[in-house]
Amino acid sequence: MTYVIVGSCIKDDSCIEVCPVDCIHPKPGAADFETAEQLYIDPAVCIDCDACVEACPVDAIYAEAEIPEKYDYALDLNGRFFGELSTAERTAG
Amino acid sequence: MTVAARNPPRVAIVGAGPAGAFTAAALLRACGDAEIDFFERLPTPWGLLRGGVAPDHQEIKRLEDTFDRQTLTRGCRFLGNVEVGTDISHAELMAHYTAVVYATGAQTDKSLGIPGEDLPGSWAATEFVAWYNGHPDYCDLEFDLSATRAVVIGNGNVAADVTRILTRSAADLERTDIADHALAALRESRIEEVVVLGRRGPAQAAFTSAELRELGRLDGVDLRVDEAGATLDPVSRQWLADEGTFTARTNVELLTEFAARPETADAGRRIVLRFLRSPVAIRGTDSVEAIDMRVNEIVRADDGTLRARPVGEDLETIGCGLVLRSVGYRAVPLPNVPFDERSFVLPNERGRVMNPDREALPGVYAVGWIKRGPTGILGTNKRDADETVSCFVEDLAAGALARPVNAEREQIDTLLAERRPDLVTVEGWRAIARRELDGGRRERRPRVKLASRGELLEAARPAP
Repeated sequence: MTYVIVGSCIKDDSCIEVCPVDCIHPKPGAADFETAEQLYIDPAVCIDCDACVEACPVDAIYAEAEIPEKYDYALDLNGRFFGELSTAERTAG
Repeated sequence: MTVAARNPPRVAIVGAGPAGAFTAAALLRACGDAEIDFFERLPTPWGLLRGGVAPDHQEIKRLEDTFDRQTLTRGCRFLGNVEVGTDISHAELMAHYTAVVYATGAQTDKSLGIPGEDLPGSWAATEFVAWYNGHPDYCDLEFDLSATRAVVIGNGNVAADVTRILTRSAADLERTDIADHALAALRESRIEEVVVLGRRGPAQAAFTSAELRELGRLDGVDLRVDEAGATLDPVSRQWLADEGTFTARTNVELLTEFAARPETADAGRRIVLRFLRSPVAIRGTDSVEAIDMRVNEIVRADDGTLRARPVGEDLETIGCGLVLRSVGYRAVPLPNVPFDERSFVLPNERGRVMNPDREALPGVYAVGWIKRGPTGILGTNKRDADETVSCFVEDLAAGALARPVNAEREQIDTLLAERRPDLVTVEGWRAIARRELDGGRRERRPRVKLASRGELLEAARPAP
């Protein structure tokens, strides 16, 4: 299981601040932060703790099993974002 | 000396939109005793969150609960229906506050600079947005929706918003908080097709992939992509592989997928995404009748950016009765505050407003679009506000901010009572919100907006 960020994300970084495993990217300062249209959760790293859901001011984060139909693409999209550059690569060094 | 023994700093934030709200929240985090007043031209707070974000994107509007909780509920005062520069001057604000933070946004649109731009039927997309979102200055506009085709110039997120609003069914729209006057007009709309023009190619589309995907998933709406949108030129293909963004790659995939879809025969309405087309003239005798476009190709400019360059002399003409121009916002100068006429921002360094000699004006700050230009999304303002607030905190600690001449809250209140007897306070705003939410409950909508200034002020007035 993982949590998933959908397209209504406003890139307010409240979720990044509370994530205990640092699996929400890109982070402010990362090369692709400014051009990113939303933030993404790495499904390979997420521990399902719910902290980001509580922090999100626009309710843009869902548990994988509860994603509304209109955002059915979001699980795949979050995964693909990290397919290009993984959390491990993003947090190295 | 303890912190509590000092006079708390008094801060005026001009503009109660998202940038102003994030600033107030950051100020309270950094400086818990700050006394903060929002000066807002409208009787309602939250700027583009209320007046810009599309009515079918209600989930984003939930941010207002956070803004309310972090600012108004924590004692920030809302002083609405007051225009800085008209009702109260910059100098008067400086005499009453330790600091003034301009968060006025970008209130007008960029022009195209082509003939026919000002014909009746040619509008800034932002005017259409303000109208359907119930902005009181735009509620009396009349959009002629009797033609069968509309053209939207530009393919960013505002273009996507107006395209959705023009093509969604009345049944979809009446579940939103779209202004009643707009709902009534859109119910009678005869528009069947909305053509969206992008001057560059699919890899340079300005939509987010979320907005683009949504256009392809509207009930009863067929989405067509022209040939230029389904093919990548070699320059763009190279760019996408080497330095393209995740969004650009996702957009190209989506456009390819949409282009391959069979036409939906029973669709009531149609969106046509056109690429590599620039408008060169809007034509018509008394109002818009057609638009002339030239064909472009993508070339790499000397600075490395990918630009649109005209190919040949041939023009393509499409008939239309409505044109919405959506090529960006622009800020307007404020009286007696420096303005950078080239970048359309308040000249500033990290939010400290500078005079023409590039010296910081003590106690004057900027945040949001008036500081950085009209870029970024809602959350961008949070980090922007943090930067401006950190400058304020540094200046305060360094003793660079003088105690205002009229430092008592009662002094500004007396002045405002003289100038604006119909000032809208937080209680007035809460009364407006209550009326709107009650209306929404009756009609099973998020809220029913009061759209004219008269209705808003009437709702805000305390019961006799």
